Amino acid sequence: MIILKKLLKRKLAVFGLIIIFTAIILAIFAPIIAPFSPNEQFFDGLTIEGAPLGPEAGFLLGTDLLGRDLLSRIIHGSRTSLVIGVVANGVAVFIGAFVGIVAGYFRGWIGSVLMRITDLMMAFPALLLAIVLAAIFQPSIWIVAMVIAMVNWVQVARIMYAETISLSEREFIDAERSLGASRIRILFKHITPHLIPSLIVFGTLGISTTVLLEATLSYLGVGVQPPIPSWGNIIFENQTYFATAPWLVAFPGIAIVTLALAFNLVGDALREILDPTMKGRS
Amino acid sequence: MNQQVKPILDIKNLTTQVNTEFGAKTLIDNISLSLFPQETLCIAGESGSGKSVTALSVMGLLPPAARITNGALLLNGENLLTYNERQMQRIRGGDIAMIFQEPMTSLNPLMTIGSQLSEAISAHNSLFGSATKQRALELMDAVRLSEGKMRLKQYPHELSGGMRQRVMIAMALVSNPKVLIADEPTTALDVTVQAQILALMNELKADFGTSIILITHDMGVVAEMADRVAVMKDGKVIETSPVDQLFAAPKKQYTQTLLAAVPLLGQKKGQPVILPNAEQPPILSVKDLTVRYDIKGGLLQRATNRVHAVEKVSFNLFKGETFSLVGESGCGKSTIGKSIVNLTSWQGSINIDGQEINGLPTKQMNPIRQKIQLIFQDPGAALNPRMTVGDLVGEPLLIHKIASGSEVEDRVADLFTKVGLSPEMMTRHPHEFSGGQRQRICIARALCLNPKVIIADESLSALDVSVQKQVIELLQQLQDEMNLSYLFISHDMAVVEQISHRVAVMYLGQIVETGTRAQIFENPQHIYTKRLLNAVPIADPTKRHARTLIQNEEIPSPIHDLKYIPQINEYSEISKGHFVATYQN
Repeated sequence: MIILKKLLKRKLAVFGLIIIFTAIILAIFAPIIAPFSPNEQFFDGLTIEGAPLGPEAGFLLGTDLLGRDLLSRIIHGSRTSLVIGVVANGVAVFIGAFVGIVAGYFRGWIGSVLMRITDLMMAFPALLLAIVLAAIFQPSIWIVAMVIAMVNWVQVARIMYAETISLSEREFIDAERSLGASRIRILFKHITPHLIPSLIVFGTLGISTTVLLEATLSYLGVGVQPPIPSWGNIIFENQTYFATAPWLVAFPGIAIVTLALAFNLVGDALREILDPTMKGRS
Repeated sequence: MNQQVKPILDIKNLTTQVNTEFGAKTLIDNISLSLFPQETLCIAGESGSGKSVTALSVMGLLPPAARITNGALLLNGENLLTYNERQMQRIRGGDIAMIFQEPMTSLNPLMTIGSQLSEAISAHNSLFGSATKQRALELMDAVRLSEGKMRLKQYPHELSGGMRQRVMIAMALVSNPKVLIADEPTTALDVTVQAQILALMNELKADFGTSIILITHDMGVVAEMADRVAVMKDGKVIETSPVDQLFAAPKKQYTQTLLAAVPLLGQKKGQPVILPNAEQPPILSVKDLTVRYDIKGGLLQRATNRVHAVEKVSFNLFKGETFSLVGESGCGKSTIGKSIVNLTSWQGSINIDGQEINGLPTKQMNPIRQKIQLIFQDPGAALNPRMTVGDLVGEPLLIHKIASGSEVEDRVADLFTKVGLSPEMMTRHPHEFSGGQRQRICIARALCLNPKVIIADESLSALDVSVQKQVIELLQQLQDEMNLSYLFISHDMAVVEQISHRVAVMYLGQIVETGTRAQIFENPQHIYTKRLLNAVPIADPTKRHARTLIQNEEIPSPIHDLKYIPQINEYSEISKGHFVATYQN
């Protein structure tokens, strides 16, 4: 609660929170808010030549290559993108942090095995892995989220590993050991709190890359299955019209950037609030 | 100094400010200093007094947020503040050269000594090819670096700290500078090496006719080196006097307190040592303690070399006694402290209050751990910055499940008062305190479990002298009240003399001489003890001594190959309790 109060004192963080909140509302009430069904192909949604329509009175953001209302697709797409962004990235950060911290703190053979697995994952082409995983499991939004998490945790693990190692060699950790503090106590009370800033950065910055990875997967046909819209697959479906109908790429792109920015603003503010050495600074 | 002579560098009413979020903050405030030809001017002061900012202002090397707002810098009558960056580049390293505190970080680790030196030479002289090399060799000779040709091909990490500082000085001398600014040039060095570097600087002053501005916090170095001294505090020059006058009759109150706080070697001469509880069994007994680390290398991570950090060290510590381990970096003194609290693996026997801890499982170790506490060198690094100091001080109680809830809070408040801090400070974080206060917090933390022994590992060396004095007084008062025993690990001979009952001098992982304070300081027997004592700068300019024992030799490395069998010292007792290693080789 104190954290929320402090968060509300920061203008940029409030701005970010408003955007995130709006996106959540849109996702939950998509069928009510969206003017049309996302999958309905309108007869008057295309020009005589079959080109998509620009923004106009009937279709606020224009129509896509199949004559569907772009606004409705973006609103419905927020469901997929939020779930993928938050869930996939959250799971990735969680796995990465777990592997990295355990390997960095306990080292020895546990650390070696964990880090070799991480290296292996890193060396393996991420897209190929995602395609293989997606091909094994029946594609659904949750599976896609898990696939993305399986690919993205590696970087987090690497950084957490390095940070944990450097932290556990700091003098105050020696001081704790000399007091007789148990390993578990040192890990949770004295090491993990220092890792939170980096985790927050990953948790927020990662959301945008996750949304984009989902778009790539959708493009390759192993992501969210059409006709279900996601911000990523709207961009890729319409990219052939980029020259003649740039709004088809611009609007979902703006949506992705805005959401990512919102998470970054909130994340930045959280990082500062949680760091006692930043107290007194703006 | 003859006041008719025109100063070579004249700092007039210099004010430097830094931009902060709360507006401009003045770092140095309207200071005026003159440096005359062939003179050593020492700028002395405690941390944060603006010494280094003064040097950086003169060099035009201030960080972007800081700027000079007022004043003039006259070098031979020319105002440097009117120069542009191009012109300043010619001045830096040309007319004014600077050497820094940490020689390792000021040298590029990826370039050989030779190429760094040649670079500096060609930047300021129109020399090419073999002429550059010739000049580099001359400079290596000038700073008394042996085997110059070989050294030029080496990389910074292959040289010792003292040699690196010599290289830095050689680079500074490239263009025969008129002014040499040395910012704490010997602070990172051992005392015997410091003596060598200071002697070198004095010789160079005569050889090259350079004027030196020496910035230091160490009044001993000031007394040893200065012609005139400027004392700084809070960005102002408090007092400028010739060195004899400053030490004999300081004009200002602050200078007096500063000088009074400096521990003087030989201060306790003639005072008898009363050993407490020497007839009772020792509270801590260390026998044949040996610590070796393997250095692993190669494809299979096999041990290739071995560090012989500590070899068969034995000593006793009695109740209420302060026993000091002194020696230079790498002699193994800190390793002994770490072994006793089990922070590193060791062999031998350590007996705490009658109980052997070698091979003891963690569970039985914990109650014994409470009897021994460690205070680290850098109180800033030893406190978790994300916890409040109250939580930090009370944490040992929670770890050993001795108290909980409000009990902890009461105990912590009590400890805060004991070490001279206000209990209201409990909710703050470590960064909100000064260095001295932080060390008090570390002491409170160590006292939390009512220990019998406190190991102080260089615990005073990061503190300013005035703060150091207060902490020494606190430690002694606590010893009297609680009958504590201290194992004091330090490189500072003057402080050791002040607080110890007994002393052991360490060299290359072994004790070379041990005895009471009086025996060691008034009747040193081992050649290394003598050399160590001789190298300590004494804060009294009338005692500038002829340094007979200064040799340009450095302590050999404790790293050997796996087959190496160390030679263990044998001791002879020359008087009761005074043991000296029989001098080998």
